[in-house]
Amino acid sequence: MAKKYTNTGNKDTRSGFGAGLLEAGRKNPNIVALTADLLGSVKMDAFAKEFPERFFQCGIAEANMIGAAAGLAITGKVAFASSFAEFVTGRVYDQIRQEVAYGHTNVKVCASHAGITLGEDGATHQTMEDIALMRALPGMVVINPCDYNQCKAATLAIAEYNGPVYLRFGRPTMPNFTPEDQVFEIGKAVCLNEGTDVTIFATGHLVWEAVNAAELLEAEGISAEVIDIATIKPLDVEAVVASAKKTGAVVCAEEHNMCGGLGELIAGVLAANAPTPVEYINGGDKFGQSGTPAQLLSLYGMDAANIAEAAKKAISRK
Amino acid sequence: MANINELQRISTQVRRDIIRMVTNAKSGHPGGSMSSADFITALYFDVMKHDPATWTRQGKGQDVFVLSAGHLTPMYYSILSRAGYFPTSELSTFRLLGTRLQGHPCIETGLTGIVQASGSLGQGLSAAAGIALGKKLDKENEKVYVMLGDGECEEGQIWEAAMFAVHQKIDNLVALVDWNRQQIDGCVDNVAGLGNLEEKFKAFGWETVVADGHDFNEILAAYAKANELSGNGKPVIILFNSDMGHGVDFMAGTCEWHGKPTSPEQCERALAQLEETLGDF
Repeated sequence: MAKKYTNTGNKDTRSGFGAGLLEAGRKNPNIVALTADLLGSVKMDAFAKEFPERFFQCGIAEANMIGAAAGLAITGKVAFASSFAEFVTGRVYDQIRQEVAYGHTNVKVCASHAGITLGEDGATHQTMEDIALMRALPGMVVINPCDYNQCKAATLAIAEYNGPVYLRFGRPTMPNFTPEDQVFEIGKAVCLNEGTDVTIFATGHLVWEAVNAAELLEAEGISAEVIDIATIKPLDVEAVVASAKKTGAVVCAEEHNMCGGLGELIAGVLAANAPTPVEYINGGDKFGQSGTPAQLLSLYGMDAANIAEAAKKAISRK
Repeated sequence: MANINELQRISTQVRRDIIRMVTNAKSGHPGGSMSSADFITALYFDVMKHDPATWTRQGKGQDVFVLSAGHLTPMYYSILSRAGYFPTSELSTFRLLGTRLQGHPCIETGLTGIVQASGSLGQGLSAAAGIALGKKLDKENEKVYVMLGDGECEEGQIWEAAMFAVHQKIDNLVALVDWNRQQIDGCVDNVAGLGNLEEKFKAFGWETVVADGHDFNEILAAYAKANELSGNGKPVIILFNSDMGHGVDFMAGTCEWHGKPTSPEQCERALAQLEETLGDF
């Protein structure tokens, strides 16, 4: 019986980040925040208003922002640097590599407007390569929460964690369905729905699509396990392998392209530990385009119906 | 005022160290190491408030130095060890497998004195600006020094940081430029001309000082001037006119030795021109 999740009202994950940052800032006077001319868009405005001396507006100069964040972290601050996902990953990959990852600084790279659900702005802003880039960096923690509540909890968790983190979230309002009072555990997969026939590993906005897919499958008599991979690195290998062994068929769903994201990661882990048929829901080897988030999820084959179809295909390959 | 002769003796030994390190490693960057050796020696042995015994990466209570031009490790490691951050004997491990003295500065090997990884150019000014902001938040009075190569100023991020430091009124930040006018592919003017670097930084709102990077009287006067100019709402930059390869006749004034080690024979010829003042490692 698929567990029923209730959408308590659509909210944007970036606002979860903003709320988490404000709360973390109230708890810890060492938290500082930087942005590159996107204060309101990345929802840092409440923090900046309450702690103006701990907020640094860097202007449209992301490379400098990453370096300045690393410098602040060296002095003992917990530095949250945020912009749009493309501009705090692809644009500044080398800065993150040297100043944050190799430099071992306590910088939280916080990426809003990630994925295709950014929508109308189109491909220049819709990064679907960021998880691959950040995953490749030694020691980088990569977190991709699924809704407002989880993003807020994750923000609070990374504020307590000492080390480089990539936190990925999005622009549009999406269903908010995980518990408001949850405690986010870095590196822990969250089982949302126990099942026996197939496992859907999903991350970010596609977790809600996966939950809906499980309901569609249940109507056809298929029992789907839904696991929210909120932390992509370090991956909860134990949970992934155990579930794949239990169900014997896997779907990986992510708002990212096919290269270096969750799908390839899980396929690699399963190939080594528990070879299992795997089907992929992702953006393929393509750029995005303008459209509404719902239109784009459908066009790129990332919605609940696509996930349910992939699940049946995975099962057929057992 | 420091004893100029003593600083001169130290920097001569640093140059010997540089030559011997790159010869031993069969790799490394002697040219810029030798052009910057004098003013960084003065910084560590006279100007900066620092103490290797109580040093931490956070830099509490001490002045901080960031090497943005990370390839100048022969100079940097020599000066750090001569200043007491780690044993000079370790200089013999430079660039060899398993060493703490990596080709470019890093945090992973835990070498005392290293504040930030560098090597990918153009990033250290931003990091130093961040450290300086952190010191301001902590109400610390110490300064942050950061050294840039002149060729490095071709990186756009330098100018992002230059604007940021002025906008944020980071007046506890002193940048030092090794203005040797050489880079890997030739003279800076021929590769990607920077024009008048002093006027450029002035136009960006910095306080500027220009000095001879090989004259200790001028070097110390420049640091004193920078100290005077600090704390008045603007960052300060000292441009040290220097010669790449300074101190060895066949290496001076050319980009040829940017990233090329001396052969054992060339090493002997070079060392003959540099008195062993403090004892070789």
